[in-house]
Amino acid sequence: MAIAATAGHAHGDPHHIGVVIEHPGPAPKRVVTGFGFWIFLLSDIVMFSCFFAAYAVLLGQTAGGPKGAELFDQRNVAIETVCLLVSSFTCGMASIAADVRNRFWFYLAMAATCLLGLIFLAIEFREFADLVARGAGPTRSAFLTAFFTLVGCHGLHVTAGILWLLTMMAQVFAKGFRADIMRRMLCFALFWHALDIIWVAVFSVVYLLGSAP
Amino acid sequence: MLGKLTWSAIPFDQPIPLIAGGVVIVALLAVLIWVVVKGHLPYLWREWITSVDHKRIGVMYVLLASVMFLRGGSDAILMRIQQAIAYQSQGYLPPEHYNQIFSAHGTIMIFFVAMPFVIGLMNLVVPLQLGVRDVAFPTLNSVGFWLTATGALLVNLSLVIGEFARTGWLAFPPLSGLVYSPGVGVDYYAWSLQISGVGTLVAGINLVTTVLKLRTKGMNYLRMPMFCWTTLASNLLIVAAFPILTATLAMLLLDRYLGFHFFTNEAGGNVMMFMNLIWAWGHPEVYILVLPAFGIFSEVVSTFSGKPLFGYRSMVLATMAICVISFMVWLHHFFTMGAGPDVNAIFGIASMIIAVPTGVKIYNWLFTMYGGRIRFATPMLWSVGFMVTFIIGGLTGVLVAVPPADFILHNSMFLVAHFHNVIIGGVLFGAFAGFTYWFPKAFGFRLDERWGKAAFWCTFIGFYVTFVPLYAAGMLGMTRRMQHYDVAVWRPWMIVAVIGMAILTVAVVCQVVQLVVSIRNREALRDRTGDPWDGRSLEWATSSPPPVFNFAFHPDVRGEDAYWEMKAKARQEQFAHAEPEYRDIEMPRNSPTGFVCAFFATIMGFALIWHIWWMVILGLIGAWATFVVFAWRDHDEYVIPAADVARIDRANIEERRNLVSLAGSV
Ligand code: HEM
Ligand SMILES: [Cu+2]
Repeated sequence: MAIAATAGHAHGDPHHIGVVIEHPGPAPKRVVTGFGFWIFLLSDIVMFSCFFAAYAVLLGQTAGGPKGAELFDQRNVAIETVCLLVSSFTCGMASIAADVRNRFWFYLAMAATCLLGLIFLAIEFREFADLVARGAGPTRSAFLTAFFTLVGCHGLHVTAGILWLLTMMAQVFAKGFRADIMRRMLCFALFWHALDIIWVAVFSVVYLLGSAP
Repeated sequence: MLGKLTWSAIPFDQPIPLIAGGVVIVALLAVLIWVVVKGHLPYLWREWITSVDHKRIGVMYVLLASVMFLRGGSDAILMRIQQAIAYQSQGYLPPEHYNQIFSAHGTIMIFFVAMPFVIGLMNLVVPLQLGVRDVAFPTLNSVGFWLTATGALLVNLSLVIGEFARTGWLAFPPLSGLVYSPGVGVDYYAWSLQISGVGTLVAGINLVTTVLKLRTKGMNYLRMPMFCWTTLASNLLIVAAFPILTATLAMLLLDRYLGFHFFTNEAGGNVMMFMNLIWAWGHPEVYILVLPAFGIFSEVVSTFSGKPLFGYRSMVLATMAICVISFMVWLHHFFTMGAGPDVNAIFGIASMIIAVPTGVKIYNWLFTMYGGRIRFATPMLWSVGFMVTFIIGGLTGVLVAVPPADFILHNSMFLVAHFHNVIIGGVLFGAFAGFTYWFPKAFGFRLDERWGKAAFWCTFIGFYVTFVPLYAAGMLGMTRRMQHYDVAVWRPWMIVAVIGMAILTVAVVCQVVQLVVSIRNREALRDRTGDPWDGRSLEWATSSPPPVFNFAFHPDVRGEDAYWEMKAKARQEQFAHAEPEYRDIEMPRNSPTGFVCAFFATIMGFALIWHIWWMVILGLIGAWATFVVFAWRDHDEYVIPAADVARIDRANIEERRNLVSLAGSV
């Protein structure tokens, strides 16, 4: 709709695009929902950046305890990263399947996303449990406090994402690809991809920079 | 089973909170019983509690703010009396109780008075000014409101069950850490802000999306009323700042609940990190509050001067400049904490730069009035009173933004006077202006002018009598948060201040009387035109109160001051325009989601405060289940048939046609 209006005016006066255009009125629902969800994601990223900042401030505050270099296992992190990146791909497949109304591929892709997410969580859980067992739990030092909170917060988001994912599958199963469900699917996909972006930051800041000696 | 909750949590030995709490509970029960007995409950449930109409939600926000204003105001009275009599004596409030009072007062006034008041007004007005039917996410809007109410409820619960924080309204660690505050006070503080903060964030997302994506046809950015601009700026700040508060409080809670070390003194925790984080939210917060007030003044001043706003574009620019700069000055809140002269100088200068766009605004209002046909109705009085008061507050603000001066004035009564100066003279005056200005739109009748003016003058005079002495006391070295003192020169100022407080109390009584009198006389005060002030923006284009769907068809905007031009055009054409083609209208259905969610949030918050873990899980599951149930609904919307729309709209047009033509020619 907006594009049509732009094109119409642009024909008349190519030098005044954006000046002569009259606002066409309220945007369609799908745009509004997606836009609102983007804003939410931005605010979520602001929250994460606080935890990143805290991590950066407290990185050196090990209180005589272990440093990142002694704790982090890069191989583990690499597997986690692969899981999450591939899950983003499968999530994209699910969106496409939903767009073309293909139930089979939708379920398959969502199930794959779910599975990869669960693997990610399991690895993360094992890492945490291992650290705690080695006496490097979150209460050991301010550095570990910040580490557990930042990574754990991302993990909580993934958990919430999986709950949401299962709800989406159930909804498509019960109601099919209705317009409102497609809007939710759009938001879910945005959410899942955003988790990926945040993970890339976690991966670089926490595990790569954090394990510098 | 009940965690930390025992009978000793109820302060049987302290008469004041117990009696106050008792009175509140009895009053609440009485209201509740009255509602049930009179059979109003179904009506309340149907029309208000489950309503997703932005107008209703806006009204409920303002109602919440008003009730909490009485609560926060009574704290203020208690404090002023204490400081008036506590010269060389203990006064009547024990120290730990006094500490709870100033903490509760600050927390309530900022989070549960100022915030809901401005959010309520934005909710009520912005969709109308944009010419649309509702906000972007109506159900979410209701969730946001009810979560805010949950926070307010939890704060009030602390009055009778347990205690409130004794740490001031920003709960600085390590004082707010487990070592120095082992009780539940800080937990009450943190959880109620955490829950209501989510509500605020939701409201922010909603309003940003509404302004950016839902404007009516022809409403280009540079045709939006000023209030929409300031709403946009304020809500962008909410979206950017409130997550910082959430993260900070989460860190504090992790320290307290799980023994983490973000802000502790041992194991490498860093207290200054809390200062930086909390003020990175806290400074923008004051602009979140005051920007909407600026918008209200812009609307009021231009309406009551009968002129378009002077320098509209510079106003927009100033608003957005304030929006950006407010994120770059937070460090001025701790000049004295050892950041060093270079850092202090930079942040001092950055702070003063905000005075420039603010000055632009003041001049624009003055030039709007210049040469206008000014009517001194109550909203206009609040606006002019604001200009005088806010300039004084702004000047003392520039003063405390000078680091060397701040070393003397930091945490003194001077500071208390300064922030009340801007927050009362700015935010509260704005809220009251907006309240009287838009009241007829919300309810269909005007407020009584005589009582409104009395309320204004009492507030105005009472404000100066209360707070100018605090400037003086601050200059004489009196620090804030003092439960008692031994310095003779401070005493007279404290006594004057308590007299001012008495005048302010009269002002509040005037407001209440104004409301009662106006409701009684509502037939005489009825606004049939939908446009009682000869307004300029679209909210006046529909009836008062507006129908659920606000506008029968989306208005087509052709310039700034949309409604003013429509009126002029209509008069020119002798109201001969063709009848529009009515269509079916889809409106969102009522939903109890918000209320149910808040119910579980209350349970969860309470359980978290008292460490009742099974109840926490119950609350969590309940909240999640609510969302799933909501997601499962099949029919979110209902349709108002075109015939009904036509009937309502024709009646409305019929009623106001003559009246509008009269109003315009006055
Ligand atoms: C109605 C008249 C009011 C009076 C007489 C009043 C009085 C006071 C007093 C005596 C204090 C404590 C000063 C100290 O010893 O530290 C205080 C603190 C405060 N007030 Fe007010 N107040 C009023 C209204 C407001 C309003 C409307 C707001 C905000 C919307 C507000 C926000 C605050 C804040 C944030 C604090 C700081 C609390 C703290 O130190 O933790 N006040 N006020
Ligand atoms: Cu500030």
